[in-house]
Formats: sequence, C-alpha cells, structure tokens
Amino acid sequence: MNSKTWLLAFPACFLVVAAMSLVPWSHAQEEQSLRPAAAFKSIENEEERSLALFQEAGKVIQHPRCVNCHPATDRPLQGANMQPHQPPVFRGNGGMGLPGMHCTTCHSAENISVVGQAETIKSIPGHPAWHLAPIEMAWEGKSLGQICQQIKDPDRNGNMTIDELVEHMAHDELVGWGWNPGAGREPAPGTQEEFGKLIKAWVETGAVCPR
Amino acid sequence: MVTFTLNGTERTFNGDPDTPLLWVIRDFEKLTGTKYGCGIAQCGACTIHLDGMPRRSCVTPISMIEGSDVVTIEGISGKEAEAIKTAWAAIDVPQCGYCQSGQIMSAVALLQMVPKPTDDDINSAMTGNICRCATYHRIRAAIHAAANSMEG
Repeated sequence: MNSKTWLLAFPACFLVVAAMSLVPWSHAQEEQSLRPAAAFKSIENEEERSLALFQEAGKVIQHPRCVNCHPATDRPLQGANMQPHQPPVFRGNGGMGLPGMHCTTCHSAENISVVGQAETIKSIPGHPAWHLAPIEMAWEGKSLGQICQQIKDPDRNGNMTIDELVEHMAHDELVGWGWNPGAGREPAPGTQEEFGKLIKAWVETGAVCPR
Repeated sequence: MVTFTLNGTERTFNGDPDTPLLWVIRDFEKLTGTKYGCGIAQCGACTIHLDGMPRRSCVTPISMIEGSDVVTIEGISGKEAEAIKTAWAAIDVPQCGYCQSGQIMSAVALLQMVPKPTDDDINSAMTGNICRCATYHRIRAAIHAAANSMEG
C-alpha cells in the first residue's frame, strides 16, 4: 500500500470503527439498565402491569450472572456465553462442590483480581456464600414464564413465601453479587434495589406470570 | 503485616497485601516445590492446603490468610501423605514432574476426606489438576494403591 492509499484508508477505518462502537453502546445501555417500577404505573390494567414488571425483572433473572449458578445439570456455567464451568466441577452437598474440589478450592469470600493474564480474564469471582442454587431451582434453558411459575412454587423456591421471595431478591447478598461480579464480568442490569422494587411491585399487582 | 503458619512454623509477611500466597511461598520463603502454572486456578500446579483444605495459592492474596495454617508439598505429613508418597514412588507416577506437587496435595486431601475413593471420587477431586504428560492413569492407580495400603 503506497502512502496515498494509506491517507485514504485511515479516515475510512476511523469512521467504520466509530460507527461500530456507537451501535453496541446504545444497545448495551438499554440492556444494562432497568426501568424503575414507578414507570409501569401508566399501565392501567393491573394484570398487564404485573406482567410488564416481571418481564423487566426478567432482564436480571435471565442474565448469565444469575443463570450460571442456576444450571439444569450438576455442573455450573460460566462466562457471558454460559459455557460449562472449567475446570469441570459438580454440585456436591449443598451446592458447595465435591470432596477435593469444593468451590472454596478456587473461589474466595471476595472477587480476586488477577494480573498478567489475557484481556478476557480480569478476576476470579467470589463471595462468602458462594454455592450453586439447588437443582429444583434450575433456570437454565427455561422460559421466563416457566421460571416465574417456579419461583412462586415453595417446592421449587427453597420453601419461601412470596414475601420472603421479595426479601430474597431485594436483599440477599449472594443475589447482590450479580451487580458486583468483579473486573471483566458484566453486572446484572440496573441495581439490586431497582430489581427488588420491580419484584415487590410485581407481587403487589398479583404476581402474574408470562404464558 | 500478615501472620500465618507455614508448615508448622509461624511466619509474617510485610509486603503488598495483594501478593498471591504462591509468590510468598516461592519468592520470600524460598519453598519452590509449589509451582506456577496458569495464575488463574485453571491448572492446579500451585495447590497447597489452607486450614486443611486444598486451595489454589495463585488466586489467594496473602491478606486473606491472616491466622491461617498453610501446608505445602515440603511440609505435608500424616498417614495419607505417607501412603501417597509410597504409592507415587512405587508406581513411578511423574513424567516431567512439574504438576506433581499439586497432584499430590490434591490426592492427600482427597484421602483425608474420602479414605476409600471410587474412580468417580478421584475424577471429581483431581479434575482441577492438569498434567501435560497425561500421567492420569498412574495418578489414579497410585491413589487406589495408597487407599488400599491405609486399610491394612
């Protein structure tokens, strides 16, 4: 490529890169935020409002930060693409791993930054309560409607009442890890407070589930 | 300053609290049996025992282990460790040997938790210890041999 061609190529490349960076940015902004519960008051029909509230909360519930630890098998998932966990680890007692490979072999009480690694690996996730959700709480591969029925069912939600479910979603600290997942990991959309308010408003409007 | 026990002796560390335990063990304590493999808890070469449980030292900041008991390959002892050591030598498990201290630390921990492990138990416990020489078949045989030797 001669110098004249370079002069033409540079501005063209710049425009393409700039355009590419704008499109995913706006998409990501929408995906990364939650509409506040109050924004749904304009929906007059209560059943429709309840449904809309849960669908908004579903952006969190179906996010990889949540589903990765609600797998359909005994093996957790990891990453934004929800691939099987490496190394291959399995549920074990209380979702804490099997003897010799408990979660705590690698996961700590906090997210641990790593250095000198590939750009795609910034930290090892951790939390004091790090463990898998019980198999009856598996969400992987389920529709939002199926998950909705599941989290209302005491046999499949850890025997929680609907009020306890609201409390769990709004204040449980391991749930809260989803918004503080450590460097290199996309947090769940919005904040736990916003999410808790959506769930509370959903319950107050009849806890209607998508079909 | 962090104070901890290393192979039965009280030690202190005054450096950066984010320093991984692995580098405290190797660079400051000069115990080089524990190896660096990947730095992200994917290979198991850096496995030590932290308060009696296997732990990847490469992802363990020294600030995390205040008051803890750390045991490395140089300090591992007890009937399970003796049985593993004897079986490892008898079956001649290592090839290049780089991963073996991590393999042994995981194998000893397994026998401490499950004295008579099945193949599935061994697969589950050793799955995080990678061996580029693929000595897995000898590792499995040596763990079974060690378990059998402890029975008698």
